Amino acid sequence: MAGIILSGITKSFGPAQVIHGVDLQIAEGELMVFVGPSGCGKSTLLRLIAGLDRPSTGTIALDGRDVTALPASDRGLAMVFQSYALYPHMTVRQNLSFGLQNIRMDKAEIAARVAEAGRLLEIEGLMDRRPTQLSGGQRQRVAIGRAIVREPSAFLLDEPLSNLDAELRGTMRAEISGLHARLGATMIYVTHDQTEAMTLADRIAVMRAGRIEQVATPLELYNHPANLFVAGFIGAPNMNLFAARASGGVLSLPGGAELPLPGTPAGADVTIGIRPQHLRLAQEGEDAIEARVTLIEALGAETVVHAQTAEGQPVITVLPGQPPLTRGEALRLNFDPDEAHLFDENGQRIAR
Amino acid sequence: MRLGFLLARRGATGTGRGWHWTDVATWVWLICGTVLMFGPALWLLSSSFKGPAQLAEFPPTLLPYVQAEVQVEGYDDPLPLYAVTLPDGTEAELAQIRRIGINAQMVDPADPETRVTVNIDDRAPIRSIGVATDNYVTPLVQNDFLRFFGNSLFVTVMATLITLWTNSMAAFALSKYQFRGRGAVMLLIVATLMVPLPVILVPLYSVVSSVGLLNSLWGVILPTVATPTGVFMLRQYMLTIPDELLEAARMDHASEWQIYWRIVLPLAAPALAVLAIFSVVWRWNDFLWPLVVLSRRELFTLQVGLNSYAGELNVQWHYILAMTVVTMIPVVLVFAVLQRFITSGIAGAGIK
Repeated sequence: MAGIILSGITKSFGPAQVIHGVDLQIAEGELMVFVGPSGCGKSTLLRLIAGLDRPSTGTIALDGRDVTALPASDRGLAMVFQSYALYPHMTVRQNLSFGLQNIRMDKAEIAARVAEAGRLLEIEGLMDRRPTQLSGGQRQRVAIGRAIVREPSAFLLDEPLSNLDAELRGTMRAEISGLHARLGATMIYVTHDQTEAMTLADRIAVMRAGRIEQVATPLELYNHPANLFVAGFIGAPNMNLFAARASGGVLSLPGGAELPLPGTPAGADVTIGIRPQHLRLAQEGEDAIEARVTLIEALGAETVVHAQTAEGQPVITVLPGQPPLTRGEALRLNFDPDEAHLFDENGQRIAR
Repeated sequence: MRLGFLLARRGATGTGRGWHWTDVATWVWLICGTVLMFGPALWLLSSSFKGPAQLAEFPPTLLPYVQAEVQVEGYDDPLPLYAVTLPDGTEAELAQIRRIGINAQMVDPADPETRVTVNIDDRAPIRSIGVATDNYVTPLVQNDFLRFFGNSLFVTVMATLITLWTNSMAAFALSKYQFRGRGAVMLLIVATLMVPLPVILVPLYSVVSSVGLLNSLWGVILPTVATPTGVFMLRQYMLTIPDELLEAARMDHASEWQIYWRIVLPLAAPALAVLAIFSVVWRWNDFLWPLVVLSRRELFTLQVGLNSYAGELNVQWHYILAMTVVTMIPVVLVFAVLQRFITSGIAGAGIK
């Protein structure tokens, strides 16, 4: 099978183990995003795939070939670094050609490939400048160009957009997406930004503390998070999580509210998760979560309401339009039981 | 007015008019410093054009003068001209044949037959400002100083090239590779800074002697090329080159040699320039080691050659001074051309 296969990867730096047994299959042509909080090991995992570090145990296979022992230069992968790592003493053209000269490619072929990459990324006018004379976005393009000219079997991108301002980040995100569609190459993209992850990915691997928590398509992650961590990490604003007591079809919230919820196990401590977008103002006479408004963020098309229950539990809800609410007002919120997520004591999703 | 800043003062009231005591102190300090630093160099330069007799004069003159001479019939060599006050009170210009005790035998150039004996206090040499170019011509043409210059040039250039090459490779390994004992090796190299040459002179001599490099310029070059200062300086500089650049090069299929040659060396250019300046100055001014290794005159370097003018009984100051000027010229030139690298290299800026 083509693509990239990681099996049983662990990595320790001295006594500190940072990757705890990762198994992952990345299909050919897939855009896989590693996402997670900083320090979760996503960049380390990328460096292991690149060959810049060796795994402590486990094997890495590229296109069906075990490359665990191969050095980075022989794996035929290309990487875009967070800091771009452009060679400061070379012009853009030399930066792009360097990798091709190293594999002793024909000069005419190098020129053709560099010109093609320049055209694709619209950096033809910058070819004779040095990296210090470029803006952040232009450096980013050159860094991607340096990866493209190699025509690698897979691209590895390590937080490539984190040094750009918000507007440029949006543009470059669209360009990377378009590039992936055009080249059809396997890409592994590391980020801590869930918007990037959701918009770019074919599949997302959510990581925490050196483990992969869930691998799924973006919508699958959003709709069916496998555990509390994924549920809290994916989606903005963060999912509301309440500790509750389940007793066969009825859920008792700490505030005393009882909500009928089909499919709940009998007699167990659970956590219920409801996305802010799925909370709505309750009708008169409905069972509801009662809270007091602490902050209103009116965005025009929607309104983000921060509230607090009597027990001090914060609740965030996103209401459509511009509801007439004021700070300190009492709020009664309800939700569609189908859109609630239930997690057991260990934080794992309870299938309903 | 463009040079006005050179003369700017604080002034008695801070307006730039009058003299505050700090102005006086500054001017005194700067003038003393200028005289102290440039005085000896200027004296050396002007004295190198003085003849041996004038060098021995007290008080010394600032400018070089030459004694007026005249060709007198009946004498092979030109005779020095003097202004003489004759016993009868008249003044005349006479040529001196020889000096006997406190008297001088003189002759009128227009009347070579009559000799006059004059007390040396009654005569004063007739001189005009002029240069004794002979100080330069004789050593360079007759005393092999051109050959010494060539030897010094060869030793300096070869030793500097080898120093840059070997030290940068050592520094590259010590800064960019992790290996067991790296710290110990570094410590050992730096520790050799504490051992001065005279301590290891005898063992070094027997090593050079037994490999047959005595009386060879390579015997001067090879023992000096591995400098702890150079390794340390280059290593500290290379530590500031981001590792990501090397990793990017590895992803670009570069061999470790190419990383060294095409990435690290160009980026370490400011530090290399500083080491090159130091190495040129060290090797050019080396005296003790070449003196020990070289005993055949045609292999002498400039510094050893200079030493040959200082005999046990007679020091030929006019030649020593002139050849000292010649010796200084290349070092001054190197500083003038490369001095901007010293500041930028020491500041270590301008890489990113």
